[in-house]
Formats: sequence, structure tokens, C-alpha cells
Amino acid sequence: MKRVLLVGNPNVGKSVVFTRLTGAEVVSSNYPGTTVDYTSGRMLLGEERAEVVDVPGTYSLEPSNPAEAVAVEMLDQEATLVSVVDATNLERNLYLTLQLLERGGPLVVALNMWDEAHHLGIEIDPARLEALLGVPVVPTVALTGEGISELVKRVPQAPVPAAAPATRSEDDRWAEVGRIVREVQQVRHRHHTLWDRFQDATVKPLTGIPAALLILAGAFGVVRAIGEGLTRLVMDPLFELYRPLVMWLAKALGPGLVRDLVVGTVTHGKVDFLQAMGLLTTGLYAPFAVVLPYVVAFYLVLSLLEDTGYLPRLAALTDAVFHGLGMHGHAIVPVLLGFGCNVPGVLATRVLETRRQRFIAATLIAMAVPCLAQSVIVFGVLGRYGLRYVAIVYGTLALVYLSAGILLNRIVGGESPELFAEIPRYRKPAWRTTWRKTLLRTKSYVADAVPWMLGGVALVNVLYATGAMHWLARLAAPVVEGLWGLPGSAVVALLMGVMRKYVAVGMLLPLGMTPAQLTVAVTVLSVYLPCAATFAVLIKELGLRDTAKALALMVVVSVLVGGLLRVVLMGV
Amino acid sequence: MTKRLADMKGGMRGTIVALEGGRGLQNHLRTRGLAEGKMAEVVASLPHGPMVVRVGATQVALGRGMAARVLVEVAE
Repeated sequence: MKRVLLVGNPNVGKSVVFTRLTGAEVVSSNYPGTTVDYTSGRMLLGEERAEVVDVPGTYSLEPSNPAEAVAVEMLDQEATLVSVVDATNLERNLYLTLQLLERGGPLVVALNMWDEAHHLGIEIDPARLEALLGVPVVPTVALTGEGISELVKRVPQAPVPAAAPATRSEDDRWAEVGRIVREVQQVRHRHHTLWDRFQDATVKPLTGIPAALLILAGAFGVVRAIGEGLTRLVMDPLFELYRPLVMWLAKALGPGLVRDLVVGTVTHGKVDFLQAMGLLTTGLYAPFAVVLPYVVAFYLVLSLLEDTGYLPRLAALTDAVFHGLGMHGHAIVPVLLGFGCNVPGVLATRVLETRRQRFIAATLIAMAVPCLAQSVIVFGVLGRYGLRYVAIVYGTLALVYLSAGILLNRIVGGESPELFAEIPRYRKPAWRTTWRKTLLRTKSYVADAVPWMLGGVALVNVLYATGAMHWLARLAAPVVEGLWGLPGSAVVALLMGVMRKYVAVGMLLPLGMTPAQLTVAVTVLSVYLPCAATFAVLIKELGLRDTAKALALMVVVSVLVGGLLRVVLMGV
Repeated sequence: MTKRLADMKGGMRGTIVALEGGRGLQNHLRTRGLAEGKMAEVVASLPHGPMVVRVGATQVALGRGMAARVLVEVAE
């Protein structure tokens, strides 16, 4: 089958073009480095089916980070390349295009963001550019779909060069870029508008830092409001409709092991959906009614932050902090993704240039960035005792992040280059894409959560029914009881958390712990070990040895932090 | 007057006249738009942090070490 590769600088809209060509959904955002691995899909080229690949962005064929390395490795001679070019930045986009042409092989240029270039007073002559490059050039606006059908028509016409042009030196290539740009592009001078000034204000220290605090606090508030609203107004009423069915089943089954597994604990003829630990109660209520509303809310707000183009500005503003932890400001993006789920968070560390930076970033995310499931546990378990305990947990995690970062910055060898990131113009998010992206991410949560949750509930039942629970509690007692001051049975939540953190939702409540004990338990649950999914992705990104080092650090830190918190909150 | 980009204050602008450092770094700078002959304007200079610079229609945030390698003929 014919292969079409979408290649270009970061943040030029390759993923949007990909979605347009294939109809397949991929996550696209307004910041460089959204795509860190390739995605492939199918499209029709005339009568023929072709494979289309969305390749991570790169500035040149000399990769400076693993995401760019993926891009360079993917290029092969047989594939047709679509060089996606940002028309508002013709010069540096052409550099890569020339490099691609020097490789030989068929190529078409998509002159994307054509409308935006026009608004900025940049006029490009596509016919002239086509003549100079010797390959088809198609102006496109991928966001609206303009020019896409023309692009599809012209991809099969991409000429196969008889012989690859000679490889130029860097200087010659830049000189050639300059010649071409002078011939095809005219820039009208344009004064700064009020909008430009607003854009600038959000990266200036005096205005940008208060704005960042407001935006983050606002985002947090909106996530909570939407999440709580959905739980109370939508999911809880739905589960009440479902309750009679469960009650009927509980009665029909009668007391015994089967009822414990299917419905869970029935006290005084009543079932608590969250704590019953049955497949049809907790197994469904926890993932759908407790966590799902926050998943939807979080990804909706994250999508807005991504699509407006705010994140790179946040990276510039927080750069100084991350610099002290051996990373640079771009590390804020993986952290924010990590608050949703640690897996994409760890994957996104690929935008960092060196192994040292990636090791520090991934370790700190797995250790101290609570994923949504963990945050739901924090709020669900501690929210009822007032925000004080919630603040203690987040404050502790923030301290762990910072101090472990300072420590790792001192002891991990290697280099940490400075921040060098493009700051895109703000763009009004399109509701349709924002909503579809939220849906895409929510779907992948549901697909993962439901089987793990049901499996986890089943396992808990087996542990209790076989008496293995008591044995485990006794085994873990020196640390869990002796050091952290928790009841031995809390070990079951820690055990489930190793599968997926959301499986531990609802497992701490029935143990009758004090608020102080719950605070220690919830903090330890975040730090001690990552879930199996995060563990797998850590191995993939860092390798076995470094993952082992990261895990060792987490275990040590959780023992220490749990012990310290216990002393502070409960005395010795 | 020629200044290093790292020494420029917010709001200052000028033309990039030379890039210093190894070939790798120079090319790295050019592929992000910081090339000789380009007009550069400092949008923000963050304390202990990076500089945010406007070149053409783009803005880039770059660390001070890198910004020190960019020489700018500052407009009076």
C-alpha cells in the first residue's frame, strides 16, 4: 500500500491535516510537541487506498529530542511526503522542506494556516513557490478543511525526481531559503494591535504571573464545579434509578459469597454504592459516577488550555522553577497532562532534550503528580473534613516534587539544556474539536477503567474470602501500622493502587480511619509506587535500570514522608 | 550599538547581526527563526528565566545562555 507521511515543523497543524485526511481522531493542540509518537490511518487517493502517518514535528533532520528522532527514523524513500508548512513562518519551514527534497522521493507542500498568514499581512505566491521548488504547492487551512480536497488530488501527482538534488551545506541551504522567500513572499508592515499587546501581557513577568495564578485557580475551580455537578446532578440520579434492580438482586441471591461478590456488603437492607465492594455496585459506581465526571471536566479544561496556546507561555513563566530542578519550563506540559493520567504525562517527557531531564521529569511525575483518580480519592475521602486536610496532601506532594527535584538535579549526571520553545499565537478554540478531543480522551479512560475496576473488586473479594487479607495485613504491619500509624487492612488499598489508582477509590472509607490517618494513607497512596500502566510506560521510556532507580526512590520517599506526616499529624 | 540579546531589556528591538557558538547551536537558532538580518524585539525578559523574543510573525522563549550568543544591532 502507498504510504503518505505528514512531515513538518512542530505546531504547524499536521495532526489537524491528518484528522482531515483520514477522519481518524488524533489529539491536536496549539503547542509544539503535542504529537510525540506517530499515528497512522487510512485514506483514499483516487481509487487507491493509502496509509497516512502523522509524524511528530521536527525543525530539521538532525533530531534534538526523542520525538524528533521518531520523525527522522520514519522517513523512507518509498513514501510520498506531505511537507506541512506554516505559511506564517515560511522561512524556517522551508529549511526543513529543502532538506526533505534533498533526500529525494516524491513530495507535496501543504501551505497551511494560509488564512492566518493573510491576516498577518503576509502574502505568498504559491504558483511561484511551486515553480521554484519543482513540486506541487497547495494552500490549506486545515482547521476549516479549505484546500484539503485539492491536496488529496495532488498527492498522487507528486513527481518522483529522476535523481536526488545534491545535498547542500547548511549555509547554502539557508542562502537558498533566503532567495526563495525574497521571490515569493511579501510582508506588509503592520502595527501592533490591542490583541498583540494582550498576548504579550501574558508572558511579561509583572502581568503574566498574576494572570497565570488566576488562570490555574480558575481552571481548578471549573474542573471541580463541573465534576461535582455531573456527579450530583447526573450520575447519582441515574444510579438511584438503577438501585431497585440491585436491591432485588441482593434479595434474590441471599447472603453468601455470591452476593458479596456481585452486590457487596448489605447493611440493614441498604447498599452503599461506593463502599459495598461488589461488582455491580462499587465496580460500576466508582468508575462511572465518581471518577468519570472529573475525567470529562478535567479534559475539557485541559483541551481549552491546550488549544488556545496558553501552555507555552506558562512554560516560559515557570522556567526558572524547573531550571532549579534540572529541567526547563517545557516540563510543565507533561506535569499538567500527568494530573489527568500519569501515562500520557510520562510519554510527553519526550519533548525534553536529554536523558537526564527526561529521567527527572518522569520520576517526579510518577512520584508526586497525583492523577485524576488520586485527586478524586483525596477530595472524596478528605473533602468532608474540610479543605485543611486536602491542602496538607497537595502541599506535601508539592514539597516532595520540589525537594526530590532539587536532589535529583544534584545527583543525576548529564546535561540539562535551556528552554528553547516556540510561543504560538493565541487561537480561539473550536468547540467541535475541543469537545471531540475531550470525548476521545474520556473514551480511553472508560476502556481502561472498567475492566480494571471490576477485576480489582473481584480480587478484593477473593482476598477477604480466603483470609489472605489478614495474612497480608500482618506482613505489612511493621510499615503500615508501626511507621505510618494506619490500620493493617489499609494495605489492601495500597495493593489495589498498584493495579490502577482508581481501583483504590472507596477502599479507604470503610476502614473507619481518623482524618489524620486518612491524610497519611492518601499521601502514601500517591507516592509509594506508580500504577501498572505508568510502570509499563516508565520502562518503555527510561529502560529497566532507570525505572528501578525511580521506583527505589519512590519507596524510600513514601516511607519517609508517610512517617514524617504521621509524626506531625498524630504524634509519635 | 551592538548588544547581546541576553542583555537587552523588555521592549528593546534591533537587527540580528551575528550568531556565536558552535555550528549546531547556530543552526538550532536559525531553524527557530533567529537568523542574521532578522528584526528581533524583546517581548519579555523574565527574572532568572528565559527571554521571550518576537522575530517575524513568531515568538520564541529561549534561555539566557543561548540569548547571549545572539548579537543584535539595537535600534536607537
